[in-house]
Order: sequence, then C-alpha cells, then structure tokens
Amino acid sequence: MITALILLPLLGALLVAVAPQNRARALALGSTLLTALLALTLWGNFDTAATGLQFVERHPWIPAVGAEYLLGVDGLSLLMVLLTSVLFPFALLAQRQSRGFCALMLVMQAALYGTFTAHNFLLWFLFFEMSLLPSFLLIKLWGCGERDRAAMKFFVYTFLGSVGMLLGFLGIYFARGSFDFATLAALGPTGLLPRNQSWLAFGGIFLGLAVKTALFPFHTWLPDAYESAPTGVVMVLSGALSKMGVYGFVRLLLPLFPYELRAIAPLLLALAVCSIVFSALAAWAQTDLKRMVGYLSITHLGYCMLGLFALGQPFQPAVEMQAALSGVFAQMFNHGITAAALFYFVGLLEERRGSRALADFGGLMQRTPLLCGWMSVAMFSFLGLPGLNGFVGEFMIFKGSFMLATAWTSIAVLGLLFTAVVLLRAMQALFSGPVGGSCSALPDLRRSELAVVVPATLLMVAAGVAPQWVFAIFNSTVVHLARVFA
Amino acid sequence: MNPWIVANLWLIPALPLLASVAILLLGKGERTLAAADSAGETPAGRTGGTPVLRSHRRTAAALLAISGQIAALVLAITAFVPTLATPGWRAVHNFTWFSFGEHAVRLGFILDPLTAAMLVMITFVGLCIFVFSTGYMADDANYTRFFAYLSFFSAAMLGVVIANSLLLLFVCWELVGLASYLLIGFWIHKPSAAAAAKKAFITTRIGDIGLFLGILWLYGSSGTLLFYDDGNGCLEPAGLALIGASSTFIALLIFCGAVGKSGQFPLHVWLPDAMEGPTPVSALIHAATMVAAGVFLVARVFPIFSLGAIDGVTPALTVVVWVGVITALMAALIAIAQDDIKRILAYSTVSQLGLMMVSLGVGGVAAGIVHLLAHAFFKALLFLGAGSIIHGSHHDQDIRRMGGLRRLMPVTFVTYAIGMMSLSGVPLFFSGAWSKEEVLHNTAHWPASHVPHYLLMLGVVLTALYMTRQMIYVFFGAPRAGGHVHESPRVMTFPLIALAICSIGLSVILTPGWPWLHDYLSGRTAEFQLARIVQPMLFISAALVAAGVLLGVVIYRGAGAADPFAQRQPALFGFLANRMWLDELYHHTVLRWSAWTALFAAWTDRHVWDRIVRGAGSLGELAGTLSMGFDNRAINAGVDESATGTRGAGRLVSGWHSGRVQLYLRAVAVGTMALLLLYVWLA
Repeated sequence: MITALILLPLLGALLVAVAPQNRARALALGSTLLTALLALTLWGNFDTAATGLQFVERHPWIPAVGAEYLLGVDGLSLLMVLLTSVLFPFALLAQRQSRGFCALMLVMQAALYGTFTAHNFLLWFLFFEMSLLPSFLLIKLWGCGERDRAAMKFFVYTFLGSVGMLLGFLGIYFARGSFDFATLAALGPTGLLPRNQSWLAFGGIFLGLAVKTALFPFHTWLPDAYESAPTGVVMVLSGALSKMGVYGFVRLLLPLFPYELRAIAPLLLALAVCSIVFSALAAWAQTDLKRMVGYLSITHLGYCMLGLFALGQPFQPAVEMQAALSGVFAQMFNHGITAAALFYFVGLLEERRGSRALADFGGLMQRTPLLCGWMSVAMFSFLGLPGLNGFVGEFMIFKGSFMLATAWTSIAVLGLLFTAVVLLRAMQALFSGPVGGSCSALPDLRRSELAVVVPATLLMVAAGVAPQWVFAIFNSTVVHLARVFA
Repeated sequence: MNPWIVANLWLIPALPLLASVAILLLGKGERTLAAADSAGETPAGRTGGTPVLRSHRRTAAALLAISGQIAALVLAITAFVPTLATPGWRAVHNFTWFSFGEHAVRLGFILDPLTAAMLVMITFVGLCIFVFSTGYMADDANYTRFFAYLSFFSAAMLGVVIANSLLLLFVCWELVGLASYLLIGFWIHKPSAAAAAKKAFITTRIGDIGLFLGILWLYGSSGTLLFYDDGNGCLEPAGLALIGASSTFIALLIFCGAVGKSGQFPLHVWLPDAMEGPTPVSALIHAATMVAAGVFLVARVFPIFSLGAIDGVTPALTVVVWVGVITALMAALIAIAQDDIKRILAYSTVSQLGLMMVSLGVGGVAAGIVHLLAHAFFKALLFLGAGSIIHGSHHDQDIRRMGGLRRLMPVTFVTYAIGMMSLSGVPLFFSGAWSKEEVLHNTAHWPASHVPHYLLMLGVVLTALYMTRQMIYVFFGAPRAGGHVHESPRVMTFPLIALAICSIGLSVILTPGWPWLHDYLSGRTAEFQLARIVQPMLFISAALVAAGVLLGVVIYRGAGAADPFAQRQPALFGFLANRMWLDELYHHTVLRWSAWTALFAAWTDRHVWDRIVRGAGSLGELAGTLSMGFDNRAINAGVDESATGTRGAGRLVSGWHSGRVQLYLRAVAVGTMALLLLYVWLA
C-alpha cells in the first residue's frame, strides 16, 4: 500500500512528462488526488491505539550492506503523509506551468512519501536526497530573481549537510552493522558508539538535519530559496520539505543519541531560542513580503526545535514530555497548512501587482475585500490566534517546554509577540489606508482561487476549534517516543 | 442535577457567532458594491438597479445581529434565574477538548453569580448599542460588515464570561482582542484608524504574553486549568495547595494580561487611541465590556491572588492596588486637559477601571464587580450620548466647538446628564454613587496603607471636575458650532433612555440599605436595613463630588474656546494634554530600540551568518579554482601544447596540398619572380 503511495506520483510524473503540454497540469492534479485518496484510505485503516509500525513492507534489498526495503507508518509518519497529500494538489493549483514543472513536483512528492515512511537508513537517505534534486531544478528553472544563486546555495548547503549525515551513519554501520531504525533505536540508550566516535556521528547527523530544518545559524539558505522559488514550490518547501528535518530529529536523533542530546541540551535550546527570536526580528526588518514570511517560517520551525530540545532537560515529568512532543507534531502539521496558505496568498498578490514589496501595496481592503479577509485568517493563524490551528501546537509546545526549560521558554515567548508585530505591520501596509495608485485595478479572488482558499481555511478552523482528530493520529506514538527517551 | 442551561451555556455565545457568520455570508455581493461606493466611483447605472437589494441586505444584517443579541439576552436571563435560588450557587460543565499522549486538555463552562450578572449586563448593554448602531451607522458603506464584527465581538466576550477554564478564557480573550482590532480599524481607509488598531492589538498582546506565561505556569504546577472541577480545579483548595509559593508570580503574570486589556498603567496608551473606531464600538468594547474583562479576570482567579494572604494582603494584591491607584489618578488628571469628547470619556474609563482594580486589590471583589456593572451602564450611556452629539454635530468631536446643545438636543442632554452624575457619583439617585462609595469604603479598611484611600478621594474630585467641564463646554453657554445641529433619530435616543433608566434604577439594588447585588455576588442573602444607608462615607463622597462640581463651575463658567486652565497653567496643561508624554516616551525608547534590534538582526543575518556560509562556499570555490588552475597549467598544458602544435602544423601543411592548379601556378610564378629579383639584386 505504501509502495503504491510512492509509485503513483512517479507514474504520474512519467505520464505527465509525455503528455501534451496543455493537459499536464490536469493530469498531475489527477495523480495527486488519487494519491490523496490512497493516503486517506491509509488513515482510515490506521489503528490509532497501536504503537508500532503499521502497513509494514519488508523486503531484502542489498543484504551485503544492510540495505533493506522497509516501509511502514506510525502516527508521525501518517501525519506527514497526510500533510504531503493535502499540500500537493493546492501547490499545483497555485500556478499554470509546463509539464516539466508538474513532473518534477510529482517526483518530489514521491520522495517526500518515501522519506516519511522509510525505516531503513539507506532507503530513507535515498528518498531524502531524491527530494533535493527536483526542488533544486524547480527553483533554478522556474524561479525568479536571483534564482541561480539561491538554487545553488540551497543545493550545496543541504547537500553538504547530507554528506555529514551519511558519514555519521556509515560510522554507526561499521560499528553496529545495521541501518535499521528500530534496531539502532533499541541500542540508543546504552550508547551506539564509543563516546568520541559517537560525538562525531552525532555531529554529522545533527548538521545534516539542522541545515534542513533551517535551525539558527544554519538557516541562511532559506530566505533566499523561498524568495526565489515559484509559488507552488515554496508552498511545498515550507509546508512539507522543511518538516523533513524536524521529522529526522524525532526519528533519528532523539532515539539514537539521547546521551548527546542531554549533554548539550542548553546549547541546543539556545540555538532554538535564537531561531525563534532573531528570525522574528529579522522578519520585522524585511520589506519583501515573501522573504518576511520565510523568516517567520524559521521562527515557527524554531518552536518545534524548542519543544524537542526541551526533552533533553534533566527534569522529565511524563505529562510535560508528552505535551511538548504532541505540540511539536501538531505544529508540524499546522505550520505546513498555514505557511503554504500564506505563501499562496503572497503568490496571488505578486501575480496581481507584479511586486512583493510591502511599500507597493495599500488600501487593498477597499479593492479586494475577499482576498484581504481570507488572507487575514491565514495571517492570524500564523501569529497563533486561538481558535485557529496555529495556537494549538504552539500552546502545547510551550506548555511542555515551560516546565522542562522555564528560562528558555520565557525568552521564546517573545517570538509570539514579534510575530504579531510583523504580521500586523504587514496587514496595515497591505490592507489599510488609501488605495495605492497602482492597486486600484487589482481583481478580487476568483472562483478558481477560492477553490484553494476555502478548503485550506476550513482545515485551519477545524484543526483549531476541534483538534482531536489531529492529535488522535499521533497520541500513541507520542507516548511511545516519550517513554523511549525518558 | 444541574439545570439544562449549564451544559448548554455555549449557546449564549454561539447565537451571536452564528449571526455574525450569517451576516458575512449574506453581505458578500453587497460589499464589493459598497467598496466601489466608498471610493465614489459607482457607475450611475449600477446604483439605479441595486439600492433595493442593498437596503434589504442591510436590514437583514441588522435584524440578524439584533435577534442574535436578543436570543442571547433571553438565554442569559434563563441562566440568571437558577443562580437566584441559592446564595453562592455554582454549577460547572466540563468536557475534554482534545487528548495529548495519555493526558487531556479539558475545558468547561461555569454558571455562578459572577457569570450570570456579567451575561445579563453584556447582552443587555450590547442590545442597546446594537439598536443605537442601526441609526448611527446608517450612512456607512460597510454597514453589514459592522454588524458582523459587532456580533462576533459579542460572542467572544460572552465566551470569556462563561469559561470555566483559564485556557478557554484565554481563547475567547484573544478573540475579543481580534474583534476589537477589527472594529477599531473599521474605517480602514483612515491610516490613523489602522495604526490605532495595530497599537491596540500589540499593546494588549504584550500583556497577553505575561498572561500566557502565567497560564503555562499555572498549568504546570496545578496540572489543570479548570477553575472548578469537583474539588480538583485550580481555584479549589487542593489545586491551590499545589500552586503554593509560586502563586505570587502566577498571579502577577496573569495580572499582566489584565493590565493590557483593562488599560492599566503602563499599558493604557492604546485605549484613548482606540477611539478612532466608530462610537458604538467605543461604547460597547472600550467602555462597557471588553476593557472590563481584565477586572473580571482578576475577580475570577481571585483565589490565586489572595493565596496565603495575611490579613487580606498579599504581594500580588498590593501590586494590583498600586497599579490601580496610579492609573485612576493619572487618567483623571489627563482627562482634564483633553478636548476630544471621546478621549475625555476614554480617560475616564481608564480611571474608573483603575478604581475597580483597587477595589479588587483591597479584597472588595464584589464591590469591584458591582462598580464594573454599574459603570458598564452609565459609561455606555455616556458614550452613546457622545455618539449622538457627534452624529448631531456632523462628526465634530472637539468640545471647544460645541456649546449650548442642551436646547438643540434635549433628550441627549438629559440622558447625558444622568450618565455624568452617575459617573461623578452624585449621591442617592445614581448607581455610580453607591458603587463608588462601596469601593471607597473598602479602601478605607485596607490594613496595608491608607494612602490609596485618600488618593482615590482626590480621584473622585477630579472626576466630578472633568465631567463638569465637559458638560459646560458641550451643553451650556452659547452655541459655537457652525451648521445645523439636530437631535438624533428615535432609534438612537431610545437606547439612551433605556440605559439612563438603568443607571438610575440600578441604585435600588446597590444601596447599603439593601445591597442586593453586592450580596448576590458574594454569595450572601441580602438583608433590608434602611438605617445603613446613612454612613459617614455617604457624606464624605457627597462633599467630594460637590467640591469637584463647584470647582468645575467656578473655573469653566462662561469659558470660551480657550481653556481657562490652559491660560493660567500652560505648562501643566500642556503636560496633561500631551498625555504626560508617555506615548512619546514609549516611541523613543521601547519602540525605537526594538526597531533597531530588528534591523540589527536582519543585518547580522545577511552580513554575519550568511557571510560565514558564503565564505565557506568561497573557500570551496577557491580550492576548486586552484586545483583547476594546476590541472590546466601543469598537467594539461604539455599535452595540450603538443596536441595543438601538431594540429596546427598539420593544418598548415594540408593547406598547401589543396589540389588547386591555379594556386600551384601562382606559387611557381611568385617563386620565379623572386628568383629573378634575387638574380637582378645580386648582379
């Protein structure tokens, strides 16, 4: 079943690549809808009470090097699979593009599914890297502005991180003879490697994941890449790809290196808090709307990191650990939806006005009330307004991390304040005041655009008002992970 | 067995919310048209066909909003009834919001005297203001949107009141903030309105960050955010025991939220600016209900504030008292030097909220809430009266340009005078007098210090003074306004009359002779003892109010456009008129520093962190270039050179063997010529 989930987008990509140019997007959309149906079936058959992997597919691949074709989902995997499935149709709807674009997007989707379901390092790494190439090409070929530079920076930076990760895992393999996540996780508490080598391996893997998550100070590729990427691509980059790093932290670092995480927890917490506060402040100083949202994305990923790193603190009551982990998972999902929606709106504004500079807008509320209204919902969700999805994850993260790491959390809440300042400033510049001279002819939301906006907003409200359906997916995984780490 | 209304309390906010959503859905087509209207570009042909449709939509919107409010009022009264039977009756209905791991986040509704009284007040005052708005906003292009926002606000505010969980309260609290943001910035084409809305949201958010931390701390230490939960709630003895020594910090953090929302010093700066919103909004949100939410919050979690009290005094409560005293006095002083009719009322609200805080701080929770309720009625009355005046004088808000309106707007004058006397505390017939007297009475018995008591007495004098000033400027003397000033339509005066009747009628249940409301809130059965009316405090406050009014009459009688106070004390007046320069102080310190920090963060991002990355990249590039250069020059060069040499020689030679006879002949000719020339030259 999971294999089908990965193969379907690849088949779709092949089909799209040979289809006539004007049918490409429809075909790609059809393919994503089919995969979404498949993902929903997976969810329907998923047993939320069980802790282990479900729908496991295990086949020998290259036994000589410990490579195994091992796919399966637990709560976290399923959540990410669902998020990916939701994002792609919307990302494809965001712009009309050629078949090459659509095909690459589908390849990226397959890679994401693979990353979130593979449980053998080699297979996982294959998918992890497979997502990199399409995103590089998509930015380089269809991006705007300094796309060559941004794409190259994105590629080289993340690729270097991956090299570190690969080396780290090779070290583990030579010592322990396995690439299997579960086997290694069982060895984690007693130490995978002798202390010095273990630090090296930890460092390599940490670097790879930190770059991917855009953890301060490894984040500078992100604003450039997001700024240059076309709308649909940036939706996927911020919505799903940025979650690969967080996912890696939960899947790899947490179970495999508990000792190291605890030993440098204050340092890691400091990095997370810097991520939150400095990026929010940097967002404040941006004049480009897209770059601003990019920086705020770093802040939101910083919340995830805060929740994860707080687990490394010595004082560990189960309820707070579970709260922090649940919060991190909920935040991954919610940020995925909201960030993608916000980038979609930025894309709409850019398409209408031909510019993303805040100074080029003004008085939109009088011209495009629908656009402003729906966009405000996404912005308020982004700044963590209760009643919308953003609040739930942030509240749970802070609830957990406050008791685990009180001082750091007390600084991190400044991020909430600065995010509000940044977004309200943007709203004031965009929506209010007299109509900017060149904004007077902008069209309001079209029906086709409402088809993206309305479902996304409903999702935000649903996950904000009654979040049980999101939490039910991963509750038993959270309990399991918290126990493993304690 | 609880009455059915307890489990269905959610219906009270749900109905206005439903109305709000319905109005938004309804108004879709009309709003684009309205947007075109406001820019004055409506094509004539289009207006010809649509006014009927438009007016239908507008009527429908107003009807929906008002019927939502009426339904909420009916339900609020239904909820009020069971609380009357037993003094101090309380019922809760808790449920699980969502579960995380093996635990659950629970929310709940509560019905107790505090909730019930607030529900009735909010729905009733809200209803009056909704009706008033149909007249006040009649000419506005975005009429339907206005009612959608108002209903949304009402829903959120009712949610704050019924919450039995600090988390649910916080959720609604933030939604109230959102509604306030939307309504302050309702006239979004005005940059000042947009700026004021942003300022309000962010200033209150600063306080909310504290509240958020307080919630986290409370949650962590007591394990629950439910107030009452069959003995396990955080306000019940078992929960309070878990909080223990951290209660002071938790209480102060929660108080931060109250300071932001209730416009207490030092976060009061947003409230006067919030007057940029339409006047009914100021009445509903920035006078009667939302700004009182901070007071309500402190009253709700009072057990945390008073935990471990010695003689009714705790460090947290002492902070509450002093913040309240500073706010009450400072705002009353500033109000004396304001010229905008709404800003005077705004500062008056800030000042009265300070008074309520003091009352809570000295332990008089019921007295504070009684003043809150009474204040809601007469302050809504005053604001709506101000709205009526502004409406009548063609949207001029400067009291120096009014004058003599008592003949031109008689209904507004009489009702406004009732409101003014209530606010100033004119004894016997006005609700504000009794509630204020009760507060003063409580402060007199505060064991920690008597200073707040005397400072509040000074506040009473100042309140009477600035209200007298306002009355004289607006209603007495010669008319200074140009143009035709008219009384407002009946749809606007009727709510004024209703609120005025309430402001007077409420005093029946407020007197010390039969302090029904006070005892209802504190869970006692009220006794009727007429003799208790006569107290020393009655005469003291009567004397204070009389002093304030007389002072006002003496100073301002016959004053022209120039303020007598400003003429005598220009420096002091300027200091007060400029709001003690606090806005400027914030602007030049906190705001500017954070803006610099932001620029610094962006700069380091680009020039430090990114430069390091690019530096590492360039190092790699340099290594690549060097290695390429070495390859090219040292290793490749020899091979390349010989290859090129050979190829060049080959090309040259092959050129000679072109097979073209003329070329050969030409070569022979040239050669022969050369030989001949050589021969001649040698010879």
